[in-house]
Amino acid sequence: MTPSVLEYADVRKAFIPGQPVLDGFSLSVAKGETVALVGPSGSGKTTALKLANRLVDADAGTVRVLGRAASELDPVALRRRVGYVIQEGGLFPHWTVRENVETVPRLLGWTEPDRRARSEELLTLVGLPPAEFAGRRPRSLSGGQRQRVGVARALAAGQSLLLMDEPFGALDPIARRAMQREFQSWRARWEAAVLLVTHDLREAFLLADRVAVLRDGRVRQVGSREELTRAPADAFVAEFVAEFGS
Amino acid sequence: MSGLLPFFWERRGEILALTGEHLLLVVAATALAVAIGVPLGVALTRRPGLARPVLGFANAVQAIPSLALFGFLIPVPFIGGIGARTAIVALVVYSLLPILRNTHAGIVGVDPAVTEAATGLGMTPGQRLRLVELPLAFPVVLAGIRIAVVVGVGLATIAAAIGAGGLGVLIYRGVATVDHRLILAGAVPAAALALLFDFGLGAVEKRVGPRQ
Repeated sequence: MTPSVLEYADVRKAFIPGQPVLDGFSLSVAKGETVALVGPSGSGKTTALKLANRLVDADAGTVRVLGRAASELDPVALRRRVGYVIQEGGLFPHWTVRENVETVPRLLGWTEPDRRARSEELLTLVGLPPAEFAGRRPRSLSGGQRQRVGVARALAAGQSLLLMDEPFGALDPIARRAMQREFQSWRARWEAAVLLVTHDLREAFLLADRVAVLRDGRVRQVGSREELTRAPADAFVAEFVAEFGS
Repeated sequence: MSGLLPFFWERRGEILALTGEHLLLVVAATALAVAIGVPLGVALTRRPGLARPVLGFANAVQAIPSLALFGFLIPVPFIGGIGARTAIVALVVYSLLPILRNTHAGIVGVDPAVTEAATGLGMTPGQRLRLVELPLAFPVVLAGIRIAVVVGVGLATIAAAIGAGGLGVLIYRGVATVDHRLILAGAVPAAALALLFDFGLGAVEKRVGPRQ
């Protein structure tokens, strides 16, 4: 078995005492694997994702990231090693596309030629030729282009784990399909493991190696589309898969 | 009105000197208000519980009639007395609110997705402030400074009442001698200064605005 890049064991988290968002949450993401977290809203998907870069800290249980307990890692240093893509992109509007992509390398103190080489490589990978796009500002890009910049920015320092929170959620259906197809083609060239939060089960089955179904802060079942549809672990999974996966 | 320009020309030396004093009062007060208001505004965004009471207090202070405030300050040790220092303190009090409020509003108004991305990518709180929040809030902060300066130019005319100099000297002398030309010799340059600052800072605002 390949080592886990990210591993949750029996994690509990409550923002309001007595009302845990996560309770007994366990999941692992192996090297190079894409795992999707799906579930109804309020099931704790985003909270689980944020535990991996310490935007949220667990009350109990352990989260291991890149081989070490998250609680022992400096949050700022950890976040520079873990890629993060959020729904609205969160691009810095006052910076150019290139400056956005070079954010983490700059925080890490890379030299300018290294940063530049890396940002051009990544912009090319996500289908935004640097000659045309590097100097532009986010405002002048379409929603799909902005998400591509967001993905390039998240991978710019060679992160081996990528966290994606509804990365294509703000896009119209056509742009969304296009981004999903492209994600599949980029995926083959990344080494990074991916944890993907999505409310779209179709997207989860399309992009992920394994899909974890969450309910009430706990993973009900993890498996491929085949496994989830053929042998759902309980009535909830069966219903969830039947309802959204058609 | 026909005799006005020659009247101004005759007194150009005095008008110019008083305009210089006036400018100094406003610039010194605004600089101090920025030095206090911007860090305080930032601090309020980090302590949301304090924002309401502090902004409310600043708002209330603003409501004190200016002549009364100048008067109140005269007997206060260190900052009070007769002269420019007291006037600058009073002007800072009035300039503070727009700068404080706009700094707070500018930073609170930064898109939460952007600040979350900054944190999530591994910026320290200081880096987030310096690289993301302050640059994005800058046009709003600048708008606050612009309001403070324009208000300050007008208020500084009252500073003459406590012997701080400035263009108010001409206005007070004109009022005392019922000489409209003398009043205008103080009021016209003061209005021109206010408009000039308003226009100049407005132009800077337009230039930095579209960046976001």
